[in-house]
Amino acid sequence: MSTGHVIELVISIVLFGAVAAMGFWAARWRKPGDMMHLDEWGLGGRSFGTWITWFLVGGDLYTAYTFVAVPALVFGAGAAGFFAVPYTVVVYPLMFLVLIRLWSVSHRHGFVTPADFVRARFGSPTLALLVAITGIVATMPYIALQLVGISAVLKTMGLGSHWPLVIAFLVLAAYTFQSGLRAPALIAFVKDLLIYAVIIVTVIYIPYKLGGFGHIFDAASKHFSAATPPTGSTVLGSNNQLNYATLAFGSALALFLYPHSVTGVLASKSRNVIKRNMSALPAYSFLLGLIALLGFMAIAAGTTPIGKDGNTIVPRLFDQMFPSWFAGVAFAAVGIGALVPAAIMSIAAANLFTRNIWREYIKRDASPRHEAWVSKIVSLLVKFGALLFIVVLNPQFSIDLQLIGGVIILQTLPSVALGLLTRWFHRWALVIGWAAGMAIGMWMLYTIPNPKTGHLHFGGSAFSLSKLGLDTDWTIYTGFVAVIVNLLVAVIATLILKAAKAPDGADATTADDYTADEGDPKVSEVPVAV
Amino acid sequence: MTEPEPGGASGSDGAETSGDVPRRSDRSAWNWLLLLPIVIPLITPLFNRDSPRLGGIPMFYWLQIAFIVLGVGATTIVYRVGKRRRS
Repeated sequence: MSTGHVIELVISIVLFGAVAAMGFWAARWRKPGDMMHLDEWGLGGRSFGTWITWFLVGGDLYTAYTFVAVPALVFGAGAAGFFAVPYTVVVYPLMFLVLIRLWSVSHRHGFVTPADFVRARFGSPTLALLVAITGIVATMPYIALQLVGISAVLKTMGLGSHWPLVIAFLVLAAYTFQSGLRAPALIAFVKDLLIYAVIIVTVIYIPYKLGGFGHIFDAASKHFSAATPPTGSTVLGSNNQLNYATLAFGSALALFLYPHSVTGVLASKSRNVIKRNMSALPAYSFLLGLIALLGFMAIAAGTTPIGKDGNTIVPRLFDQMFPSWFAGVAFAAVGIGALVPAAIMSIAAANLFTRNIWREYIKRDASPRHEAWVSKIVSLLVKFGALLFIVVLNPQFSIDLQLIGGVIILQTLPSVALGLLTRWFHRWALVIGWAAGMAIGMWMLYTIPNPKTGHLHFGGSAFSLSKLGLDTDWTIYTGFVAVIVNLLVAVIATLILKAAKAPDGADATTADDYTADEGDPKVSEVPVAV
Repeated sequence: MTEPEPGGASGSDGAETSGDVPRRSDRSAWNWLLLLPIVIPLITPLFNRDSPRLGGIPMFYWLQIAFIVLGVGATTIVYRVGKRRRS
């Protein structure tokens, strides 16, 4: 290990230690009445204002993995990797009207998870269970990916072993257990301060050192045109434009279906907090746009990844271009940036298990105190599961699984997102649509090879339309096709079930619930009827 | 589900409707404005070219980053208009 790496490591450890102390102290921040309640432990008291929500949801959606993987994608493929920018532009206007309705109905009925809502809206425990399982399965590899982000940094500092990762996660698990959602909410401030500082310095300093953006993009163009077979380009080709647009759109549809996004939204205190955040969160998209360009800077600087691990490209670029102390700050920013979403995701997955599996099927008379206990313990299990993913299995496996996660979480769109807008769908039609979307999505992913790793299946999400017999070289985002199939099936099945007068579930919500706001009376929590 | 409609909520809502606070609604013609930042960033032929460059950055990148302003603008207007109509 070189002196430079030692300085980087010391700075990272100091910052990480400071953040861990904050995480434990967070239990006393905004003094909760009783921490042993999911509203407190799992949703921070449902009391966060505009600023805290901005940091919390920002830290939740724009994860450390995003900041490592997006430039890595741009480094490898060029323009196609930039889809993350339109994706995070489209998502806020798209979800604006939907999320305020979700907040209102959850505020009135005390819902903690998206599956809670589906349970009440469609009167179907089965549909709620499917939504809960889909959410947990999609979230697990996402947590594991945060570890991939941390381990990319550790590798760059010359630490190949898993131990630092295990220790970091144990500390994270301990303070999340104690402080719940307050810990990531508080840590998100530090994380963002570090990330903003690092990126602003980076996008000024590195292009200056490399001779300007013009030179960087010329070098990237030359790099891509020299490669045979072609690996990428600085603008899109004719065959991947449809995939680019559908991937951006499909990812935007999926983003707020993830349970951890819902957790961030429900922790805010009013509709206006959410609306203001829909205008303010794109500040992170701007940051992401700049970060994506790091991929091109790495090409121009001749940066090479460690082994075949493309995710090390950004840490390697920092290591190469910056003095050790600043690289240390940047590495700490990535590491801490991974802890915030990992904490929120594990809380969200734990809440799904507690509310929609444990209370629904195992202990129906669970008290709030009991619920909080179950969630705290499950949040630990979820994190250890994610750790096992990385330590025991190949990290590439979690990357592939996360890709699948995006496709499967999209299949909850008709019941969760459309369910907030209309009660037209029949509950069993939504179940059938979900199954159809899952089946077609899995089949499509199965047929996609990954030429880089040599895997024949589950190697990407760009599906060649030629496989459907179409005479074209265009590709399309798998999740987009799967959710369209899901919707079509759900519509047809609803028409058939309604014509056959199949019994539908009762709707426990009223039209007014969807516009309720801060200060409006809540429905007293009625135990779910058997 | 055999659970009765939670009566407390609908009762208080009824009072609210007849009181000085009018029944809330999210409906507004201004909401259509939200379609612009959803549709425009997905039309790839609009920005899929290298020139004109801005500060050395190809159009593909700077224009898509500029679309962020479109999203912020539309959501801000819809929020402001909704707030004014309510107060």
